[in-house]
Amino acid sequence: MQTPAPFEYERASSVDGAIASLQEHGAEARLIAGGHSLLPMMKLRLATPAFVIDINDLDELSYIEEDTAEVRIGALTRHAELLESDLLAGHFPVFRDAEQVIADPVVRNRGTIGGSLCQADAAEDLSAVCAALKANVVIKGLDGERTVNMDGFYIGPFTTAVGADEILTEIRLPLRQGAGSAHEKVERRAGDFAIAAVSAAVWLQGGTIADAGIALGALGPTTIMATRAEELLRGKAPSEELFAQAGEIAKEDCSPLPDGRGPVDYKRHLASVLTARALRRATARALHQEAN
Amino acid sequence: MATIETARTERPIGFGRLKRKEDARFIRGKGTYLDDIRLPGMLHGAMLRSPYAHARILSIDTSRALSHPGVHAVITAKDLETLGLAWMPTISYDTQAVLAGDKVRFQGQEVAFVVADDEYIARDATALIDVEYDPLPAVVNARKALDPEAPLIRDDKDGQVDNLASPLWEAGDEEAADRAFAEADTIVTRDIIYPRCHPAPLETCGMIADFNPQTGQLDIYNGNQAPNAHRTVYAHVAGLAEHMIRIRCNDIGGGFGNKVPIYPGYVCAIAGSIVAGVPIKWIEDRSENLISTGFARDYVMHAEMCSKEGKITGLRVDVIADHGAFDSTAQPTKFPAGFFHIVCGSYDLQAAHVKVKAVYTNKAPGGVAYRCSFRITEAVYLVERMVDALALEMKVDPVELRMRSFIGPDQFPYETTTGWTYDSGNYAATMREAMRIAGYDELRKEQAEKCARGELMGIGTSFFTEGVGAGPRKHMDILGLAMNDGADLRVHPSGKAMVSISAQTQGQGHETTFAQIVAEELGIPPEDVQVRHGDTDRTPYGLGTYGSRSTPVSGAAVAVVSRKVRDKARLIAAAMLETRAEDLAWEKGRWYVKGDPEKGAMIEEIADYAYSGEPMPEGLEGGLDAQVIYDPPNLTYPCGAYIAVVDVDPDTAGVKVRRFIAVDDCGVRINPMIVEGQIHGGLAEGIGIALMEVITFDEEGNCLNSSFMDYLIPTALECPDFELGETVTPCPHHPLGAKGVGESPNVGSPPAIVNAVIDALHATHGVDHIDMPCTPARVWAAMQGRPEPPQ
Amino acid sequence: MEVTITINGEQVSRDVEPRQLLVHFIRETVGLTGTHWGCDTSNCGACVVLMDGLPIKSCTTLAAMCVGHEIRTVESLERSGNLDPVQLGFHEKHGLHCGFCTPGMLMTARALLDHNPNPTEQGIRTAISGQICRCTGYQNIVSAIRWAAEHEAATRQEA
Repeated sequence: MQTPAPFEYERASSVDGAIASLQEHGAEARLIAGGHSLLPMMKLRLATPAFVIDINDLDELSYIEEDTAEVRIGALTRHAELLESDLLAGHFPVFRDAEQVIADPVVRNRGTIGGSLCQADAAEDLSAVCAALKANVVIKGLDGERTVNMDGFYIGPFTTAVGADEILTEIRLPLRQGAGSAHEKVERRAGDFAIAAVSAAVWLQGGTIADAGIALGALGPTTIMATRAEELLRGKAPSEELFAQAGEIAKEDCSPLPDGRGPVDYKRHLASVLTARALRRATARALHQEAN
Repeated sequence: MATIETARTERPIGFGRLKRKEDARFIRGKGTYLDDIRLPGMLHGAMLRSPYAHARILSIDTSRALSHPGVHAVITAKDLETLGLAWMPTISYDTQAVLAGDKVRFQGQEVAFVVADDEYIARDATALIDVEYDPLPAVVNARKALDPEAPLIRDDKDGQVDNLASPLWEAGDEEAADRAFAEADTIVTRDIIYPRCHPAPLETCGMIADFNPQTGQLDIYNGNQAPNAHRTVYAHVAGLAEHMIRIRCNDIGGGFGNKVPIYPGYVCAIAGSIVAGVPIKWIEDRSENLISTGFARDYVMHAEMCSKEGKITGLRVDVIADHGAFDSTAQPTKFPAGFFHIVCGSYDLQAAHVKVKAVYTNKAPGGVAYRCSFRITEAVYLVERMVDALALEMKVDPVELRMRSFIGPDQFPYETTTGWTYDSGNYAATMREAMRIAGYDELRKEQAEKCARGELMGIGTSFFTEGVGAGPRKHMDILGLAMNDGADLRVHPSGKAMVSISAQTQGQGHETTFAQIVAEELGIPPEDVQVRHGDTDRTPYGLGTYGSRSTPVSGAAVAVVSRKVRDKARLIAAAMLETRAEDLAWEKGRWYVKGDPEKGAMIEEIADYAYSGEPMPEGLEGGLDAQVIYDPPNLTYPCGAYIAVVDVDPDTAGVKVRRFIAVDDCGVRINPMIVEGQIHGGLAEGIGIALMEVITFDEEGNCLNSSFMDYLIPTALECPDFELGETVTPCPHHPLGAKGVGESPNVGSPPAIVNAVIDALHATHGVDHIDMPCTPARVWAAMQGRPEPPQ
Repeated sequence: MEVTITINGEQVSRDVEPRQLLVHFIRETVGLTGTHWGCDTSNCGACVVLMDGLPIKSCTTLAAMCVGHEIRTVESLERSGNLDPVQLGFHEKHGLHCGFCTPGMLMTARALLDHNPNPTEQGIRTAISGQICRCTGYQNIVSAIRWAAEHEAATRQEA
């Protein structure tokens, strides 16, 4: 089996301690949480950090809680916990949709939402989920905390707004009336990365779509916000034609790359199909027509 | 004590659904696989491999690696040349580089071998070897391998002027085939590819070589499917004394043909151990397994099939076989295309003609693997796809066309147009049983209803006849070794027994089934029969387990040797009972006097007598044992009818196998539970091959499926509950009437699934062909009218 | 670095390199070879063990990360000569051929039944969907786990 190159190991006992270690070791240091993105890369020797900082002891970063304004998820919360959470499924069924098709049940016991978002793989399902839900993420550094919206979180392929000595600590999901959400994914086989994936969220008011979030996964160098499709939907009554139109816009606005999972035209086709499907289910949930 | 409770009814003395004896260690995690073995002083090997598909090697600098702490040696081709081991012979009478010297010829080819204290250091050290390459253009497309401008791959071979690996091989009758086509009512033509895939057993390949310089003994631990043959080859190649080589296989984590060849890593471990005088363990990682070990299939086929008066009459097939950079396919010598010429199928054809040529490409060597029965997987895929293509053209139900064209039950033994003599079968009955289990007519109704609603559902069939159990010594050898297998049976004074066999299990349950054969023949309970295998010092000679040959050959050997023991027991019983042998009759476990059944001798009593000081019959030696080498008179011919039901998502083109019905006729079943398990496993592999498994390359010869992230294997979510049935036509020449079954599910399932996918898409989208794997992207392209062959 | 990890109820202290993977710690350092490995990319699941009662892939975990946690391997299933119902189930239902994936499957089965004593067939298939078997086609593995669930339910009723 392939094995990593040598490195030094530290265990963080506090968030501030982890940040201090990052600052001390600079670019040679990587945080490890679930490790199911980092360790495979290290075994293939595509990543060779000199210092690995284990943050798994930071229980204070593992929670799912709500108040009247928002749901807050700690960055160290595991995929398995997100899947099981009825609190989360009740407000944002898109999470349970996505978690059912993220990796496999064993990997989900270790992988975390923070790790997934920070990996910034365009095929990462939770990136699309959080983007569609217009989440804000909390990033902590030496100077304290700052909040970044998902629309500014992805800077480039595998690159996020989290700085070299910062740590993602929390994901905040605003609670609004009339919400419905869904995630659609096509994969070659259970557990595979997406050929294409779409997360959609709608907020209905008085029979029209007050707001919409549509995020495309595996359809470009990063997660793509389908903002033009969202604009189309705002203020309109939901309908099959509208969903299809939104799908066409998503198809135009994505920039998939051809690879072993599929060629460009097929991926664009999926963008339109999955956008329509996700909007249909999100809307049905918003209208309470579907049991969550 | 273990709390496994079983009643006597669940523990047959003989054939039946006996639970497996070997489970005891595996469920406790106490199996002994290669990487579990540790020997004192053992060092670890790691292989440096070529990143290029085709390149000259300008220089290899091992100095940095050699000076790394914990590294004992770095072996290159130069070092092996002094031992005469830089090149090794292959099973196809070609040569293969053990370590590349002049050139690398496929991505992943072995270039240098590091020996170090542990596997972590060995791996670290491979990154410290500096190799300078001069890349060359690569040959990746088999169809272009023989173009005049194609680069010459095997410039190491005297007289090799092109990339032809094996000259044209033909079977059948070209003139008769041309006549059949000239007279035909309907003709269809297809280009059909069986893409490269890989057996990928869960345990990768490896070896521990332990040479003792004081005694000259070479002990090898190695998961391989043919240990005796390997021992003979090592003796020949390495100039070692064959009686001083011992190969032990212990437990093997799956073979599927991947563990038949001899790999360069094995030779390096042996060479390293001979030079260093300590044990060396080499075990490959998964990417090495996928990019360098024996792949399967890769047949580019052009075929035509014709019919007259509603029946299939003729078949013409032209094949380019991609063998990779070295020809290391494993099949009997006289059959360089294996048994591909069974492509005549299960039909009463008027004529057929088959041509196969093999080419070199800049890819890993191999081709015969993955439960292929020596290319029968390719043959059955071709013929069953063509039958469906013909049925589409004739506008006839594909099952109906098969029923009309089958060889009839009264036509056996049947001589096919390409030289086979099928021994037995009732194809129509087997097909009907599959249709019954499937509810074929209801499925067609359901399909029509779904189609009306815009839902895509397909029903696909395949019917196969296999030839397994190679084979008679007058026709078949591998590297000049007859494909016969031995069995030694010893009944101890207590009446317990040990049978030693040359078959080599990699999960097939031999410790149970071979004990059951002895139990059936002698009446000794299976728990009292130890099956010894996997040790060349302590088992008879034989050619091992692949090609579904364990039951047809070794199973027959065990039956015959048990009968020899039984015959000797009869003579001893006659002496014990003071009667003549011809006055005795047998009931399982006991010889008794005809007409006086109370008077008898049980096998345990006979054994006790045989070893005691009591007088033996005239001319008979003491003890109760026998030895046999079994030469099968013919292959055996299992057959089967498979039906796949698939649903295709009309928008995403995802394919789901909803149901799979498999009716196998493998003759008499020794342990139906194990037979069914083998079929389940092969059907899952067939789903993998049909829907997701493929090894592809880019134009430069970079392998694109070199890990389990991209070489996709079905999980429990892709496999339905399999619906199995059986018909039983005993093999007329096999002592037990058994035929072998291990590869049948892999032979029969891919065409059924692909036929089903096309069936789902033909009426609505006009699809009449698609190549595997039927991934969503490829199915969608076919639905757009653009079916593309895989790269 | 020195690590102390609880393995099958025992505290095991060893000196390891930080980069040592848990699967190698279990197999090479502690000598428990029932846990296997079969790939490089965390796909095959031959390496599955339990960490704090949940299945994890030990090839994608550092030994160092397991300090302060409880690891259970296949060797822990049999207690005082009594096989665990999941082990019995695999034997009863022919849920193994070569046995290489079996320890991982057994640990996942054990954890599944500990959390959900009455899983559906689909639930079982999902639970093992991160683990590959090349031999059985999964059907008998599913039957084996169902057998174990029913066997445990019957035993609980009798108790």
